[in-house]
Amino acid sequence: MSSARPTLRITRRYRFSAGHVLRREAWSEERNRAVYGRCANPNGHGHGYGLEVTLRGEPDPETGQLLPPARLDRVVEDRVLRVLDHRLLNRDVAAFEKQVPTAENIARFVWRALAGRLAPAALDRIRLVETDNNSVEYRGELEED
Amino acid sequence: MRLTRRLDFCASHRLERSDWDPGRNRAAFGPEAGTGEFGHNYRLEVTVEGVPDSETGMVIDLKRLKRVLVEEIEDRFDHRNLNDDTPFFRDRAPTPEQFALVIFELLERALPDGLLQQVRLSPAEDGFVDVIRGAR
Repeated sequence: MSSARPTLRITRRYRFSAGHVLRREAWSEERNRAVYGRCANPNGHGHGYGLEVTLRGEPDPETGQLLPPARLDRVVEDRVLRVLDHRLLNRDVAAFEKQVPTAENIARFVWRALAGRLAPAALDRIRLVETDNNSVEYRGELEED
Repeated sequence: MRLTRRLDFCASHRLERSDWDPGRNRAAFGPEAGTGEFGHNYRLEVTVEGVPDSETGMVIDLKRLKRVLVEEIEDRFDHRNLNDDTPFFRDRAPTPEQFALVIFELLERALPDGLLQQVRLSPAEDGFVDVIRGAR
């Protein structure tokens, strides 16, 4: 047996639907099309997003859980799903007034919405699945603590 | 190089500690605690990591890995009740976290030193638990 204790992570999956447009109003139509392609269509398009939230930590000595699943579900519901589900992200979510709601920026939004709110567990990873072909993973490496 | 092998098995459990009364179990594990058995189709993904042998080209003989998974996991847990038919959950509840830790310890003991890298246990479609070698 190895002496170092292994790391324990738990991941739960969620789903939400949202619309978005990938374009910057300060840019010309031509530049928006060049950078974002069809996703720059000003009338928007939508995705059924998959969200994976991963926690890391030590199990509670009595319950054996990192965090009661119902507590994680409630925080994700209150802080993320209620804010994003069935919204047009550019118009309805303050965080995306200035930030283009790319998968990368949505993952950062979710990280910021959850980090520090799941004690005693630590937020380890966000995975956002935009389509079967595209997903992003974020572990908070761009945040300034 | 990492190699992952999958094993699906079925087991039932009660999300409770046998040394606690029903009220305390419900407080810790929610309203379903203590109301009886429920079952899962567990999916286990076991990842080993190492350098392929220069002659065989293998990190581990897959036949050996398969035999370890059958003997250590399937024979012990498949179609069993985790609380009653195994000795591992007398003083802890069979949460996904604890079950994955038990599996990691059993495989760590049965596999060549240092080969086991990760155990991923999915009790249902809505999530999974990872036990990973070393501190992160």
